[in-house]
Amino acid sequence: MTLIAVITIFVLAVFVGLEVIAKVPQTLHTPLMSATNAIHGVILVGGVIVLLRADEPIGLTIGFLAVLFGVLNVIGGFVVTDRMLEMFKRKPRSEK
Amino acid sequence: MSEWIDIAYLITAVTFMLALKLMNGPKTARHGNLLAAGGMALAIVATLFLKDGDHSILRNSAGELKNTNLLLLVVATVIGSVAGAWSARRVQMTAMPQMVALFNGLGGGAVALVAVAEYPKLFTHAEAEAMPLGIRLATTVLSLLIGGISFTGSMIAFGKLQERLSGRPITWTGQKLINLGYLLCAIALIFVLLNNGRMDPPFFGLLALALMLGVTLVLPIGGADMPVVISLLNSFTGCAAGLAGFVLGNTALLIGGGLVGASGLILTLDMCKAMNRPLSNVIFGAFGSNSAALGPSSTAQGSVRSTSPEDAAIIFGSANSVIIVPGYGMAVAQAQHVVKELASKLQAQGVDVKYAVHPVAGRMPGHMNVLLAEADVPYEQLYDLDEINAAFPETDVALVIGANDVVNPAARSDKSSPIYGMPILDVDKARTIIVCKRGMAPGFAGIENELFLRPNCLMLFGNAKSTIAKLASVLE
Repeated sequence: MTLIAVITIFVLAVFVGLEVIAKVPQTLHTPLMSATNAIHGVILVGGVIVLLRADEPIGLTIGFLAVLFGVLNVIGGFVVTDRMLEMFKRKPRSEK
Repeated sequence: MSEWIDIAYLITAVTFMLALKLMNGPKTARHGNLLAAGGMALAIVATLFLKDGDHSILRNSAGELKNTNLLLLVVATVIGSVAGAWSARRVQMTAMPQMVALFNGLGGGAVALVAVAEYPKLFTHAEAEAMPLGIRLATTVLSLLIGGISFTGSMIAFGKLQERLSGRPITWTGQKLINLGYLLCAIALIFVLLNNGRMDPPFFGLLALALMLGVTLVLPIGGADMPVVISLLNSFTGCAAGLAGFVLGNTALLIGGGLVGASGLILTLDMCKAMNRPLSNVIFGAFGSNSAALGPSSTAQGSVRSTSPEDAAIIFGSANSVIIVPGYGMAVAQAQHVVKELASKLQAQGVDVKYAVHPVAGRMPGHMNVLLAEADVPYEQLYDLDEINAAFPETDVALVIGANDVVNPAARSDKSSPIYGMPILDVDKARTIIVCKRGMAPGFAGIENELFLRPNCLMLFGNAKSTIAKLASVLE
């Protein structure tokens, strides 16, 4: 990819991030923070690339840790967010 | 094949954006989260089809499967998934903020590790890359710095919220100068790295500095400000992941990281706005470190009047309107269910019950809403600051449960108070205020609360859960 294409993508993503978040009600800020936390776990993609390209023990170790941390970030982040949001969805006084 | 990978990454990016959009409402938010999770899975699968030079990334140049790498990938994924899902399932709702801090730190750590792994590779096939070496070098170095700060910074935030470390700001002499020194060293190292070829000592020196900066920047920040710190570090990790996308030329990373970096920053500034303090004051103010000595302001002298659950029940028995103000104390005591029980009993007796949620009550914005939602409190009974403040003068009883700084009238009147100017809930205007609290200890901002000395304020000392449960049980 050319430098300018990469910069364009990044800048547009930043603007979408600014726009999309401005409309979220305060009530949902904690789940939102948690969800964005899970989304930056996309670094896991980088971890996978690093681990698969590694060819000596140090590289393998670094890659292994990067994937481990990334998976924890992604899975933990999405599960925590889901648990929070599950509570919002429950109908008030639906269960007696 | 490679077009398909890029299309998969594009779909992932769209799911992330849609997810954030769906977070606008409580009804669609959960779908948004699941959608983003699906997008993430797609990106990971797509990554397995990448090529390394002219062969699949899964195979070496001789065309054989890289068994060791694949085995490690599977092991890391299984351990990470099981541990991540298990801890996220098991954690109590009140401990959510530190859980987010922990996962955020791990994300930051992953970014730093990717930067470490990519650094030597920058110099091997430099001429084959479309991106100039200078840019790839700069983004690698920056993602190392930001990822490293985010890693240790989040761990310190986790320690503070989990109360393994003191929640009070930890300060030492010359701290700001030392931090400035670290930062200048980091900038100097970045210049050295950018102007030369591969140089491992300054690179690892920068990593060490980043890890140290994370610790020394977060330690002096008080526990009350941790939500802002986590939110900021969340944004940092996002930026760092986006920068890693520059290095790897990976659109999923670029877009995901950019989105989170920007949205995290907006969220951070929103939180600062709710506290009426600029971000710089939160980060460098060592808020609450030296203000503990400040007594209540001279305008309100008086004595503390305490009450019992039985007496409080009588007051509630004659009330027509009640506003419940929850705070962190309710969260630590897991008192949200008994609070809901009390509210239901009051409502059954025809009392008008509302909940007033301060933007920074608890340890994260929306923290109280999550807890009250857990206890099945209807969404419509929750009011935020602007909506509820006008109602306090017409309210018989304001029940403050484990909140302190967010109801401190000093924020309105006492110019010398460190929280002066912060919007507060005007509970002091209610006819009677009942404050359920463990003791007279100051709140996280470390300042006394003159509210407790007001003649219309009664202190109900004790653990929020047992006290409110007792109150609810005698209220027949």
